[in-house]
Formats: sequence, structure tokens, C-alpha cells
Amino acid sequence: MKRRDFLRNTALASGALMIPAFLKPFEALAMNDISGYKNLVIIQLSGGNDGLNTIIPFGNDIYYQKRKTIAINQPDIIKLNDMQGFNPNLSALKEIYDQGWMSIINSVGYPNPDRSHFRSMDIWQTASDANQFLTTGWIGRYLDSNCQGCKTPYTAIEVDDTLSLAMKGADMKGIAVQYPDKLYQNTREPFFKDLVHEHDNTHLSEDNLGYLYKTMAETYSSADYIQKTSKTYNVTAAYPANTLGNRLKTVSKLINSGLQTRVYYVSLSGFDTHAGQQNQQGRQLKIYGDAVAAFVKDLKQSGKLDDTLIMTFSEFGRRVEQNASNGTDHGTANNVMIFGGKLKKAGIYNDAPDLTQLDNGDLKYQVDFRDVYATLLDKWLNVNNSQILNKNFAGLDFV
Amino acid sequence: MSNSKQVKHLWVRAGFGMRFEDFNEYGNSSINHVVKHLLKGESTSTAISTVPNNNDYEALIKGDIMARKMFLQNQKQQEKDLNLAWINQMSATDAPLLEKMTFFWHNHFACRTNNAQFAQQLNNIQRSNALGNFRTLLFQVAESPAMLQFLNNQQNQKGHPNENFARELMELFTIGRGNYTETDIKESARAFTGYGFNRTGEFVNRKFFHDDGIKTFMGKTGNFTGEDIMNMILERKETAHFISNKLYKYFVNENPDPEHVNAMANVFYKADYEIKPLLEYIFTADWFYDDKNTGNLIKSPIELLVGLNRQFYISYKQADVLLQFQHVLGQVLFYPPNVAGWPGGKNWIDSSSLMYRLKIPSILLNSGLIDFNGKADPEDEAYIAAVRNQQQMVATRVQAVPDWNKFFQYVPKSMGKTAIAQFMLEPKPGNTLINSINQATDIKTMVIELVSTPEYQLC
Repeated sequence: MKRRDFLRNTALASGALMIPAFLKPFEALAMNDISGYKNLVIIQLSGGNDGLNTIIPFGNDIYYQKRKTIAINQPDIIKLNDMQGFNPNLSALKEIYDQGWMSIINSVGYPNPDRSHFRSMDIWQTASDANQFLTTGWIGRYLDSNCQGCKTPYTAIEVDDTLSLAMKGADMKGIAVQYPDKLYQNTREPFFKDLVHEHDNTHLSEDNLGYLYKTMAETYSSADYIQKTSKTYNVTAAYPANTLGNRLKTVSKLINSGLQTRVYYVSLSGFDTHAGQQNQQGRQLKIYGDAVAAFVKDLKQSGKLDDTLIMTFSEFGRRVEQNASNGTDHGTANNVMIFGGKLKKAGIYNDAPDLTQLDNGDLKYQVDFRDVYATLLDKWLNVNNSQILNKNFAGLDFV
Repeated sequence: MSNSKQVKHLWVRAGFGMRFEDFNEYGNSSINHVVKHLLKGESTSTAISTVPNNNDYEALIKGDIMARKMFLQNQKQQEKDLNLAWINQMSATDAPLLEKMTFFWHNHFACRTNNAQFAQQLNNIQRSNALGNFRTLLFQVAESPAMLQFLNNQQNQKGHPNENFARELMELFTIGRGNYTETDIKESARAFTGYGFNRTGEFVNRKFFHDDGIKTFMGKTGNFTGEDIMNMILERKETAHFISNKLYKYFVNENPDPEHVNAMANVFYKADYEIKPLLEYIFTADWFYDDKNTGNLIKSPIELLVGLNRQFYISYKQADVLLQFQHVLGQVLFYPPNVAGWPGGKNWIDSSSLMYRLKIPSILLNSGLIDFNGKADPEDEAYIAAVRNQQQMVATRVQAVPDWNKFFQYVPKSMGKTAIAQFMLEPKPGNTLINSINQATDIKTMVIELVSTPEYQLC
């Protein structure tokens, strides 16, 4: 914040003379129309999910030739068309798919793909080029962009203990909330509370100490708002009792209670299946499919599905050919799954991955992941994507 | 600023905070004397040797699922051992500047490898040259298996150049953006063809893969080798400037003053990249002690944790908790986010990381409960998938023991509450804090409160 803005905002808090503006900003916000408040929920699958055994190109013989021991047998596959079908562990999603609430985008990636987990995750989270190092995340830059109602950390909530790079901007950052009650309690411990009410003018400066106090005050204020608001809604739908199920249940609670949050972020790990893939990936996909199906149905029930868009990604897909340990190694392009009540193009969005034209044994990307982001930014979050992605992407047509 | 305040500022910045113990010994010494003492460094610190040289890659290559699992577990354990060995060394060392500079080079030559042996080797290179000569350091890093592997130079071969190493060498390690062309990258990548390593972790210059044709680099033409390229880059004063600027941000202020940095670059360049004269110049410069350069740097998570360990002589029954803290605070040694290193400054702070920073001291000093978990690093996914070890959330009591007797033994008897607070915090404490200090009846409680403040996050 520019010093001038800061002083102006401070002056605005005239009703509470001694209290700096940043301690009281949320009460002052107009409660603009909560209905029609659009949410984006991002689900990150960490470790590089094998997209080819998730949305299986069973109609292509090469799939069976390259994956002698780990291919999913035809009769077990839940067929979506005559080329691709679900891994049987995603059975819960069939109903969602049939309702037209799911869209699958094949072969999403980026030029000069990096096969290292952390680097590729970095690229996806910062939306950078492969040879570019950005220190802010794409959602963080969305917060920085001054979007309407983006003035508070809870505009973007990560249901986790810590905040991912994707959620960190240069000026604004989202907030990590694993449990609203716990966050509230933590900020109400006596010493924390006392310090927040520090009215010393020296701490209103723009230096690092001022920044620390400002962050503390925002956390204090956000914790209160999140806890009080979320209390007003009880999730009655049944969710699977696992980490992802619990986290999506929390997201449902936050959305349904009318929290003024635009972006939610959750992750599920355990997808780096170099060996014994079928069991391990199967287990993770079942957790994913069951939890997402419960979440989508819950939102439909409460009337929020039309205002919610869910995107699932992983940092890369895996090699077309299996390895010698009944697993797969790091690959490149992958499928991205979108869910929502108002999809413009439901079902399978584009052609199944091309298994013949490979780049060193890996899929060639057909859709840049930043075109997916651009679609979400332009058409869902209503901000010009070039502002966030540093250049303009044409975007896609799924919403 | 009084002499003893200057000594404290110097000590805090050049190391990991200042203990009362250090202050008793050096508080009244001259700056020159303290700088000399800090620069002495080497004699007392040693290389880390916790990781043995015994990786059985055959087990991994064979691909048997059990053998693979064992290998991963062993690898994980070695990474953990290495991490803890270093954080312990930082916490116990009598040469804090040496470790602080090792930490600087760790972030400057940021590197990841899942081979703990390679990581240890690179760390020791960074330590043995931490206060030595930048040229020697650069040459040794360029020949280290960890870096060659990380930046794909193993794949950099005649006819099939891989430019990764050459690019980062110039962009991040030496001269910085704007001082070279894309052609310089292409040509220098050719010069580094053949730089590689063997299975036992030794540098090998693979002549067979080396492109010994004529290259044109930064306006000069010749049959250049990798060493020639590095020497040509070091000849350019911009390199001295680039390193000086980064050191200024590390030791002085995150917003560099161009005049000060230019002066540093002159010193560094004239000293033919000797590091000690440069540090001596910084630490004896008047501007180093300016108000605007004190109490305003945000401690990195490692600096915060090591500072607490040192100040309170903490010993750990369950050292793993130190890894857990690194995860939740967002800085795990040997796991930089990318080759550009940790961005630092305000990037360390968000709602949750700040809350943990304010909470961790009381957990450590009051044997509190830990009921939070960091996210797994993406690189740990293979391990998670293989051992099906999903993080389980169990609130555990931290088994850390601060040595309060030792802490109080060094606090001068005459020192009042306010003076203690001023000693422990670099920025000036605010009014609420001062009130709370004035009301404190128990010094121990007050000290715990002091290290649980936003002020304590700064140095």
C-alpha cells in the first residue's frame, strides 16, 4: 500500500479515533449481494498424477501395448465415449459426469516441460514460463490486481496449515485455515490479542515491522470473521472420512455460510507412483473421486453449484510407457478436470491424448495450462488475464 | 549509537543473534576487534560428515519393490541427518559468521539433489570457501556433482548442448541479467560440454563429450573451456557488483543503496574476489550502523530457529521437530524453492507463517503442544507414495529442553527488565510491549513474551 493510501484509510476510521483502519476494515465493507458470489475451488494433486490411468484412452491400442502390466482392463473401465473412460476408482464421479457437471481437458501442459516435481509445481503455481522464476503465485497476483472485494486475506483461503506459493502475491496474500475454530483460538491467546491492539503510531509505518503488525491485525480480524460466519452453517451432507473429504467439507461450510471468499485451495498428495502403481494410485483416486462427488452433490443440494467452479490439476502427467517396477516415471502433459453447475461445454473438451506423436516418450501438450487459468480469470473471476499472467492468453470455452 | 550497541548490531547480523554470553565477552571490545574475531572463523568449524559414502544404487536399479522402498527410506534418513547436522552446527558453532556465510552461499548457489552425499559435499565446498575466494568457490561449485546434476550438465554434450548450467551461471551465480546475450549462453554451454561426474561423486572432465571448437563469448573468440568462461565472467566488474548487491541485501538492507554497493564492488574487485576484505569493509563502514540499517531485516526461518537454539541453549530429545518447524515456516535446508533460492524478506510472512513464528518460541521454551503440520515437499511424493505414509495429525508435546540456568547465568545482575528487553529485540519495542514489560513480575515469562513478538522477527 502506498503511504498516502494508508494514511487516507487511517483517517477514514474516524468513528474509532485511536484504532487504525486496518483493525476495522471488514465491518466497514458493504455486504454486497452474496447470492451470485462466484467461487473457484482449486484441487491440487501432488506428485504427478498419472492422467492416462485416470481418464483412460482405452480406445487406443498403444495404451495397452505400452502398459502391459498396469493398464486397466477394458471391462473395468467406466466408459465416457468410445475412446476414453474413468478409472474404476472414480466410479462416484460417473453420476456427476452424466449430469453435465464435469469437463475434462486433455493434454494440458506448457512448452519445454520440466520433469522435476518441485520445479514443475513452481511453474504451475506461479504460472511462469519454464525458464522463468517468479516469486509470486497466480492467485496471489489476482489478489494484488485489486479485484473487487480483494482487500482481505480471506479472499483466498487455503484449507491447510500452511500457505502455498500460488496464494502469495507481492502485496496481498491469502490465508491458510485448516480449522476455523483453531485459527480463532490461536489469535485469541492473550499475548497475540494484546499486541494486535497496539496503537502505537510507529507501527503504522511501511517498514517491515509495520508489515508484521498489519499482517497480525489482518489475521486477527480474518480469524474472527471466518469463525463467526462459518458458524452459521452446518454441513449435513455425508463426506468420506479422509483428509480431502474433511477439507472439502470445510470448503462447503465456508461457501454455504456466505463467506466473501473468491478462491479456495486444497491439495491431496501421494501420486508419485514409480512402483506398484495400480494399488497406490487406485487408493488416491478413490479418495479424490468420492470426496469430489460428495462435494459437488452437496453444493447442488444447497444451491451453490452454479456459483462454484472446481479445477483439479497435477504438476505433470506420467510417461506413456510403464517402467520395470509396475509404475510410471515423470512425464509432461496431463488432463485437467473442471466441475461446475454451469459449464458451457461439459464432457470431454478436446481430443484424447495423441499416443503416437511423442516427445522423448512423453505426451506433447495441446493446451497451455495458462489458457485454462486465463479462462478462469476472464470468465469467472472477472479480471483481465494479461494483468495476472503477464501476457494475454486466448483462453478456452468451458465456461 | 554507542559502541556496545554497535557490537550487538554487528554480532546479530554477522551471526544468528547475540547471546548474553557473547555480550559479556565482546560488548566492550572495539568494532575492529570484533570484526577480526568474527572473520577468523575457520579454525573452529569443521566439515559435515554425517552422510556416509554408501548409497547402494543397485538396489534402486533392480527395481524390486521392497529394495526400492528400503532405498527411499535410507535416502530420506540421510537427508534428515544432514539437515539436522547442519542446523546443530549453526546452533553450536563458535564461528557464527562462517556458518552465516555458508548459509548465504547455500542460497546463492541454490541446489537440490536427492543424493544426500552430493548435497553434503556441496555444503562443505560452500563452508570451506565461505570466507575464502569467490573464484575458487565458483570453480569448485561448477565441478560439484550436486550442481552438475541439478543443472543437467551431465547431459551437456558436444552436438547436443544443454544450456541450463551456462544460463544459471550467468543469470544467478555471477554477473546477472542484462550483462550477457543469448549467444553468450549458447557459446558458453559448448565450453562446458563434458563437465560431469562419476558414480562415486567425483568430477570428471569427459573429453569425449567436450566440444573443442572455436567459440565466441562476450566479444572474444577462442577454443574456450569452462574455466576460461568463468575467468572471463569474473574479469567483468559487473560480477563483483552483482555479488556485492546480494550481500548488501543479506547483511545491510533489502533496498540497496547504489553508492554503498558500488563502493563494495570496488573493494571486492580490487581484492580479486577475496571475501574477507569485502566483509570487513561492510562491517566497518559507518553506514552499516545507520538507524535505517538496524532492526529492519526479517529473519529467515532458519535464522529464527537457530537464534532461539543459541540464545536458550536448547537441546532436543526429538530433533525431528526442527524439520517440522522448517516445513511450517517455509524454509527447509537443502530444499530451496528453485535455483534462484528463497526470495526472503516479506515473502517469509503470511498469516499462518507469522502465527507459527509467534507461537513456536513458547512451544519450545514452555514445552508446548505442536498441533500443526507443514505440507510435504513435492520432492517427497515418491516417498509418500512408496511407504503410504500419509501425514497423520497427532498433537505431540515438544521434547525440547532450554537451559535456563545457563541463560540467566550470563544475564548481568545489574540489568533491569527494560535493558533485557532492549538487548533481546533489535527494533525499538512499541508501547503495549513496554507496558507489558513494566508490569512483568517474572523475568522468565517476560523473556518468553519478548521472543514471541513481531519485533523479535527482525534483526
